[in-house]
Order: sequence, then structure tokens, then C-alpha cells
Amino acid sequence: MGDLTLANVTKSFGATQVIKGVNLAVNDGEFCVFVGPSGCGKSTLLRMIAGLEDVTSGDVRIDGERINDLAPAKREIAMVFQSYALYPHLTVRDNMGLALKQAGKPRAEIAAATEKAAEMLDLGPLMARRPSELSGGQRQRVAIGRAIVRTPKLFLFDEPLSNLDAALRVATRIEIARLHRELGATMIYVTHDQVEAMTLADKIVVLRAGRVEQVGRPMDIYNDPDNTFVAGFIGSPQMNFLKSGPFGLRSDTLGIRPEHLEISASTGQIEGRVSHVEKLGGETLTYIRTADHELLTVRQFGEHDHPVEQTVWLTPDQSRAFHFDAEGQRLRA
Amino acid sequence: MSTARHSTTRSLAAHGVLILYTVIALFPVFVIVVNSFKSRRAIFADPLALPTSETFDMVGYQTVLKQGDFLLYFQNSMIVTVASLFFVLLFGAMAAFALSEYRFRGNLLMGLYLALGIMIPIRLGTVAILQIMVASGLVNTLTALILVYTAQGLPLAVFILSEFMRGVSDDLKNAGRIDGLSEYTIFLRLVLPLVRPAMATVAVFTMIPIWNDLWFPLILAPSEATKTITLGSQVFIGQFVTNWNAVLAALGLAIVPVLVLYLIFSRQLIRGITAGAVK
Repeated sequence: MGDLTLANVTKSFGATQVIKGVNLAVNDGEFCVFVGPSGCGKSTLLRMIAGLEDVTSGDVRIDGERINDLAPAKREIAMVFQSYALYPHLTVRDNMGLALKQAGKPRAEIAAATEKAAEMLDLGPLMARRPSELSGGQRQRVAIGRAIVRTPKLFLFDEPLSNLDAALRVATRIEIARLHRELGATMIYVTHDQVEAMTLADKIVVLRAGRVEQVGRPMDIYNDPDNTFVAGFIGSPQMNFLKSGPFGLRSDTLGIRPEHLEISASTGQIEGRVSHVEKLGGETLTYIRTADHELLTVRQFGEHDHPVEQTVWLTPDQSRAFHFDAEGQRLRA
Repeated sequence: MSTARHSTTRSLAAHGVLILYTVIALFPVFVIVVNSFKSRRAIFADPLALPTSETFDMVGYQTVLKQGDFLLYFQNSMIVTVASLFFVLLFGAMAAFALSEYRFRGNLLMGLYLALGIMIPIRLGTVAILQIMVASGLVNTLTALILVYTAQGLPLAVFILSEFMRGVSDDLKNAGRIDGLSEYTIFLRLVLPLVRPAMATVAVFTMIPIWNDLWFPLILAPSEATKTITLGSQVFIGQFVTNWNAVLAALGLAIVPVLVLYLIFSRQLIRGITAGAVK
């Protein structure tokens, strides 16, 4: 069991409120990702769930029990940090076993739990080493192993992949997804990378400036964003925002994803000049400077040639467009 | 090519300056050690000459060792220095941990207050300290010296250690909290080993002034049983006659223990001093 409820949770440092009333329910076994730009409070919120920061007001509940005033070690959680945070003076085996040892578990039980976690993460040959003798990817696997050993109600991940290089990041991401399927545990994962959020999450929580902007399944958020912030944050390359005026619409802003803008050398609704072309092999991104809408991005699949400074015409696919009001809120038809 | 030559000149110049400084700094030590092995006449005839077969004389050391109590003086100095050092490092590290780790009202003010001692010489308070020691019956005890030196060493220790402890990863301490380590265990097992270079730096900077101090032993503990080595050496300095052989021999011997302590800490010390500059 391990469901988490946040009820009207706030956090203030002195006079500045950094978490402005968050309500959230994470069900047992769910993989929930907090995503947002830096400074949006996602890490602070995670640390409040962990008990590393005090909650200024509101309730944090695990399995219905209020844990605001419970010490971190008593909350039956485990956390994986961006900087790994392995104990430098202990071997991998002792690093993984420390929490159980502190809880006064018998030695045989600790050994069994450690071995099982090591097997899951393929850490066998590394058990006698110290953290300084491991590579970054190995350290993060040990840190994940240390979390598994505790069999916590809640796994907390604080940007665990940010210190890894691109290839390792993808491999570890897949590993975390596999672990989630095997363990079936509740996981809360903080990241600023919307790709990690989209690929891992059952439920994405988009945060901005201490407020929840939208909660939902990845594809629901992608296909049905509530406002311009969520629409712009989720999806890469970013959604284009066009002024509605020239199209004769009632809304203020028209959002259109780069793949839903059609580019043509001869006809279309928006005139512009090619500013830059990025060929990625599988797809081509073309950046077009326009008089009315500034820089727009067009995404085409396959290889395409658009000479820089060439005049082109763009046509948005109106059926795929999103409409927003002057405050950036979505106008649903 | 030109940059290579340029850097050679620069490193030569830098080494030149450093060697010059080393010579100037070591010169008094050199004079003390050399002269402690010479006869009284030779000391005054040519103070800078090395001892020859004619001028070589161990009389200074013989006097010092015959004086008998010198072993006791050494022991007193050792006890005072090591005990003060222990308390400075322990309390300094604890205060630094609290200042760097916990958010509480007046944290910054408390840090400034604790660092203020670096700028105010403790000797200004000698009269008050003496009154306190008299009132508490601690005059002529080593405890008096240990207390004063601990107070004297704490400001710098807190200042340096709190800076270093701020550099220790928060994630590591938080990982410890989640794993159920107590704050004391986090302090002793996780943080202290990581600031060891800074501890060594503080240890050396604290130890040398304590070992060399003449002021407080003279005022607070001048009795025969509590004399320190620097105070003990003063018996050879008279108002009219000074036994220079013995003074120099005593000072020469006094260098040895502090040198040993320094060698123990020096490896860590260099890491502590260069940590900020190189990283």
C-alpha cells in the first residue's frame, strides 16, 4: 500500500510563499511525475513529502495517515538524489543495508534484501566496492538499489538522471520504468525534462511558481492542455503560439504544434522567411521568421530542403489548433 | 614557445620569492638550533657560525635535562595543547555544523558573534579572566589554561569549519536522515570525515599559538607544577645573567613536539588550504 494525498499544502520561507496551496492525490502503484521549470517548487514539494522541509500549512497523508510531523525515517519512504548521495565511507553492500541496520533488522534479513536488490540491478560484482570506485551510472544504480532494499511505501526521485550523460540517461530511464512495473510501488519523480515526464509517468503534475497548472495522464496533457504554459512546456519542439487576429477568430492566441503547420513554397495563410533548418535525419525542423507571429517552428518527417532566406507560406491545421484567451487559459469549443 | 618560456620565468620568479621567504622564516629557528650546540663564548663570538669541534658544546642540553622539571614542563605543554586542540575542534565543529545546517532565527548574527573573536585579542580580557579564575579557584591549574585556549581558538575554528560544512552535499545529509541516522551520527560519520582537511588546517593554526604562548601560563599558572615549556625556559633568563645555552637548548627542544604534530596534520593541511583555490 502507498497512496499519497496532499491537501492545501503550502510552504513559506520567511515572507515568500514558494508552494501556494497544492492539492493532489497519488494512487497506490502510480508513477507520478512533477515537472516544471527550475524554481517552480517541484523539488521543495518532494522534500516536504520526504519530511526534509517543514510543511507551513495543509496536510500530507500517506495511506490516509497524516505525516506532517513524522521524522523522514519514520515515513516509510526512500529517496534517490540527483547527486547520488552515497555514503563515501561505506561499501556498496553497507550503503544499501544501512537503513535496515538502523531500523534494527536481523542481519540475515538485511543480507537477503540487499542481495535481492543487487540482483535486480545487476550490482553483484560491485558489492564490495566503495562509491569512489564506481562510475556515475553505477552510483545511481546503487542509489536506486538502496531505495529498493527498504521496500518503502513511496519511492521519491529527485532529478535522478540529470547528472548522467545522454546514452546512460535513456538506459537508466528504461531501468526505472522496468523497476516500477516489477515492484508495482508508488513512485514520485521530479524532473525538469518533459521527455522523462512523458515517457515514465502514469500521471504528470505540471507546476509553475508553486501552483499546480494541470494534472493528468501524459497523452491527456499533450492533447488537451489547460493553458498556454502547459501547452508550451509539454511537447518538444515547443508549440507555436500565433496571434488569432489575422485568422478572424474570437480567441486571443492560437496554439499549433510544429507538426501541424504545413509549409509550402507557393501558397498559404502566413508569409515568412526561412531563418534556420535543422535536419535530424528522421525529421526536419524549419524555423521561419514571420511578420505577425515572430519565429515559428515547422516539423516535417523525413528529409526536406528549405534554402535559408527563402520565402515560404505556412498553413495551420485548424482542426488540430488550440485556442486560448488573453490570460492564456484554454477556450474549449 | 614564447608562452612556455614565459611560464618558466614566472615559475622561477615564484620559486625565488618562496625560497627567500622560507629562508627568512627559518632563519631564527636555524640560529636557535645552531647556537644551542655551541659554547657560551662561541655563541657571542660568532652567532651565525656552525658549531666546530672546538666550539661544540652540549652544556645547554645538559643544564636543561639536569634541571629535572623539564620533562614535567613538556608534559604540561603537551596536555594543555592537546586538550585545548581537542575541545576547539569538537566544539568548533559542532557550532559550525549548527550554523551551516539549521535555519533558525539569529543564525547569521550568531555566526558573526562567534567570528568576532578573530578580530578581538583575548589578551584584552586578561584581568577579567584572572578574576574569574581566582573566583573559581582555578589559578595554577592546567584547566585554567585549557579553558582560555579553547575560547581563544574557537572563533577561527567556527569560521573556517562552517564555510567548509556549507560545502558538504545536502543530499548526503538528507539521505542519512531518510535512512534513520541521528543528527549526531550524520555529524560524526558523514560530515566530519568530509571536512577533515579543514579540521587539520584549524588544528595547525590553533596549536602553534597555544604551544608558543607565554602570556597566560605566566599569569594564570606560574606554579612549578603547572609551568609550560615556554614559561619553564624563562628560568634561564635572569635580570642580570642569562644562561643562553640553556635557553636555546630548551627552545630547540620545544620545537620538536610541535613539529611532530605539524607533520601529522600537514598532508591534510595542504589540501585544506588549496581546496578553495583549486576546485
